[in-house]
Amino acid sequence: MADDVTGSHVTIPHGQKSKTFKSTSEAVVVNTHTVFSVVKRLPEHIQVDDPDVLKKLAKKLERQQIPRRLDYGYKVSLFSHLLQYSRKAPLTQQLSIPSAVIHPAIVRLGLQYSQGIVAGSNARSIALLHAFKQVISDYTTPSNEELSRDLVNKLKPYISFLNQCRPLSASMGNAIKYIKKEISNIPSQFKEDDAKKKLLNCIECFIEEKIVLAAKAIAKSSIEKINDGDVILVYGCSSLVNHILCEAFEKGRKFRVIVVDSRPRLEGREALRRLVQKGISCTYVLISAVSYILPEVSKVFLGAHALLANGYVMSRVGTSQIALVAKAFNVPVLVCCETYKFCERVQTDSFVSNELDDPDDLIVTRKGETQLKDWQQVPRLGLLNLVYDVTPPDFVDLVITDLGMIPCTSVPVVLRVKNVDLL
Amino acid sequence: HKITSSCKHEATLSSTNQKAACSRSPGTMPGPYRETDLTEKVEAFLSDLKRGGSGTGPLRGSAETARETTALLRRITAQVRWSSAGDLMEVIRKEGRRMSAAQPSETTVGNMIRRVLKIIREEYARSRGSSEEADQQESLHKLLTSGGLSEENFRQYFTALKANVIEAINELLTELEGTTDNIAMQALEHIHSNEVIMTIGRSRTVEAFLKDAARKRKFHVIVAECAPFCQGHEMATSLSKDGIETTVITDAAIFAVMSRVNKVIIGTQTVLANGGLRAVNGTHTLALAAKHHSTPLIVCAPMFKLSPQFPNEEDTFHKFVSPHEVLPFTEGEILSKVNVHCPVFDYVPPELITLFISNIGGHAPSYIYRLMSELYHPEDHEL
Repeated sequence: MADDVTGSHVTIPHGQKSKTFKSTSEAVVVNTHTVFSVVKRLPEHIQVDDPDVLKKLAKKLERQQIPRRLDYGYKVSLFSHLLQYSRKAPLTQQLSIPSAVIHPAIVRLGLQYSQGIVAGSNARSIALLHAFKQVISDYTTPSNEELSRDLVNKLKPYISFLNQCRPLSASMGNAIKYIKKEISNIPSQFKEDDAKKKLLNCIECFIEEKIVLAAKAIAKSSIEKINDGDVILVYGCSSLVNHILCEAFEKGRKFRVIVVDSRPRLEGREALRRLVQKGISCTYVLISAVSYILPEVSKVFLGAHALLANGYVMSRVGTSQIALVAKAFNVPVLVCCETYKFCERVQTDSFVSNELDDPDDLIVTRKGETQLKDWQQVPRLGLLNLVYDVTPPDFVDLVITDLGMIPCTSVPVVLRVKNVDLL
Repeated sequence: HKITSSCKHEATLSSTNQKAACSRSPGTMPGPYRETDLTEKVEAFLSDLKRGGSGTGPLRGSAETARETTALLRRITAQVRWSSAGDLMEVIRKEGRRMSAAQPSETTVGNMIRRVLKIIREEYARSRGSSEEADQQESLHKLLTSGGLSEENFRQYFTALKANVIEAINELLTELEGTTDNIAMQALEHIHSNEVIMTIGRSRTVEAFLKDAARKRKFHVIVAECAPFCQGHEMATSLSKDGIETTVITDAAIFAVMSRVNKVIIGTQTVLANGGLRAVNGTHTLALAAKHHSTPLIVCAPMFKLSPQFPNEEDTFHKFVSPHEVLPFTEGEILSKVNVHCPVFDYVPPELITLFISNIGGHAPSYIYRLMSELYHPEDHEL
C-alpha cells in the first residue's frame, strides 16, 4: 500500500496507479523498525510547467467535481513551475451554492484561505481541524461502506479543493496525515457514533497537545533566554513569538521589542497591535531599515512555517535576510517552532518550492501616482510576490521546540523519534 | 541655530547694501542691482535645497545639483569684487557653508565648493609660477627637510587670475555634463549576455548604464522596490519600456533571489573617504547578501559624489523623514505608544564593495583615498 509516509500534500487518486510521475526514487521499504521511507512523489503545485502533470491534475479535479483555479498574470521565468493566483478571482465563484460535493464548512475555509483572512501556519491548521470536526460530525456512513475507508475517501476532494484555494502548508499536511491515520485505525466493530466521538476527541487532543501545550512549553523555555534590559527584534506576525513575549512580560521581565515589517503583507502591524495592547514598549521599522536598527538589538526571535530535514528553516520571506544581517552584527538568532511543523522535505533555495502570491499586491499609490498600474500591458515587466524563503542553518543559533532547545541540524533526529512513535 | 546664522548674514548683507554707495571693501557683494540679482539666485538655490530633501529623492538629481552649484559659484566669482585669491576663497567658503547647511545630506554641494577652492589654489599657484607639485601634499620627508612650511596666504594680486579661474570652472562644468555618458559608455565592459543583474531603488546613473548595455546585449534585471518610497517601481517601468526584461521584488525577497543573481549594480548618494557608501536604505542588506553569495557589487558613482567625510559621525550620518510613511496615521490607536523610525540612508562598509565605476574609469575601493587627495586640498576638508 503506497501510502504517504512523507509530508507531501497530494493524496493518491482513488483507484488509479501512479504512472509517469517524476518521482526522484522508487524504493519504498517501509519496515516498521527502520524508517527508510523515500517515497517522493512531487507535489503537483510545483510542477506547473509540465503539461502532463497539469492534464492529470485537471482530470482528477474533474472527477472530484472541483473547479480548477487558473494562473494569473505574467509569471517571472524563474518561477514558471509555480502557480500564481489572483485574489480577485476566488475559486468559490465557480462553485454552485450549495455545493453538492463539498461541505460548506470547507467552502468557507477555502475562501478564507484564498482571501488571506486566515493566515499564519498555526491559525490555518487550527481552522482546518475545526472544519474537519464539523465534517466528521455531519458525516453518516452510507450502507455497505466502512467508516474507516469511506471517510478518508470523502476527505480527499476536500483536500484537493483546499489545495486549489491555497497550497497546503507543512503544518496542515502533518495534521491531515494524523487525521487520516486515526481514521484508518478505527476498528471496524465500532459503532458510528462511538467512532465519530473518538475522532473528534483525537482532533481535540492534537490541537491541545501539539499547538496549545507546545506553545506553553516553548514559552517556558524561552523565558530563560530573555533577560532584563533586552532589546528583542521580531519579524512579521508569528503567533508563537507573540505568545512568548506576552508571557515573558507577564512574568515581569523588562524588555523592549522592535517589530520589523515588510511590504506588501504588512503583518507586523498586527503583531504591533497585540504587543502594544499588552503594554510592551515597541519600535516599528520596515525591513530596509534593519541594518540601521540592529546595533541596538540584543536578540532576534523568529517564527517558522516549517523546519526542513536538512536544517533549513522555511519561513515568511524576509526571515533569511534578517538572520543574515543579524549574523553580520553578531546578534543571536533564535527560532521558535513546534514539532508538528517539522517536515521531511529538504530544500536548499527559495526557488524550487515556494508560493507566489497575487502580484497586484505590489502596486502602491503614492502621492496620487501609481507607477505600476498597467504592469500587465508592459511586455517585459514582471512583479514577484514571494511568500516563503529558506534560511540556512548557519544563520540560526538555536531552535526552541516543545521537546527542548536544539540546534538546527537536529531536526532529522526529532523526526526519526517522532516517526518511531507514530509507527 | 543654523537658521539664525543665515539671518545674521542677511542682516549684514542689507547693511552693506546701504553702505555700498560710500565705501567698497573687498570681499563684499557687488553694487545694488547686480547684488540683488546674485543674492536672489543664491537664496532661490538655498530654498530649493531645503525643500528638496524630503527623502523621496531630491527634486533634482545629484548631477543637476552639482551643475547648479558650480554655475552659482562661477557667477559669484564673476560678480563679487575681490582683489586676491584669498578674498575669493573667503567669499566662496562663506557661501559654501550656507549652502551645505541648507541641506547637509546633499553632499554634492560641499564637494563642488571644495573642487572650486582647489581650482583657485591651482590657478594661483600657476600664476605665481611655482610648479604644482611643490604645493602638493607634504610628505613626512618634505616636512623635515623644508624646515617649516612657507605661509601661503594667497594675497598676491594677478590680473589674469579671474579669467583663469572662470575658465577652469567652465571646464569643470563640461566635465560634469559628461559624467553620466562617460559612465554609461563603460557598460559593455561589465555586462555580458544572459546575465541577471540586481539593483535597488532608483539611480539615474545606473539607469543610463543599463540602458546603454541593453542596446547591444540581452539580460534580465531584478529591481528591489526600496520601501517605503518605492522608487524601484519607477526604475522598473523605465527599464522595461526600453525593452529590458525587468522584475520587481519586495525588499524582503532580496536574500531569497540573490542566489540567481550574477551581479549587483547600484548607485549611491555619497562615496565616503574610506571607500564606504552612504546609499539608500536597504543597500547594506543587499551588500551583505551579495557578499554571502560571492556576487560582485558594482557601484556606479560619478566623481562629484566623492566626499572627504568619514562615516564615524554617528549623529550626523543618518537622516530621517516623517514616520507616517512607515506607519500611517490611520493606525491612530497605537501610534502614540510606538516609536517609528524611517531612516533614509544606510552605511555600506568598503569591504563589501567590489568595484567603483566612475566617469574616469573603474577603481577598487582601496584607491578612493588617492582620488580624493587629487580632487580636494586637505585644508578644504573643513569648509
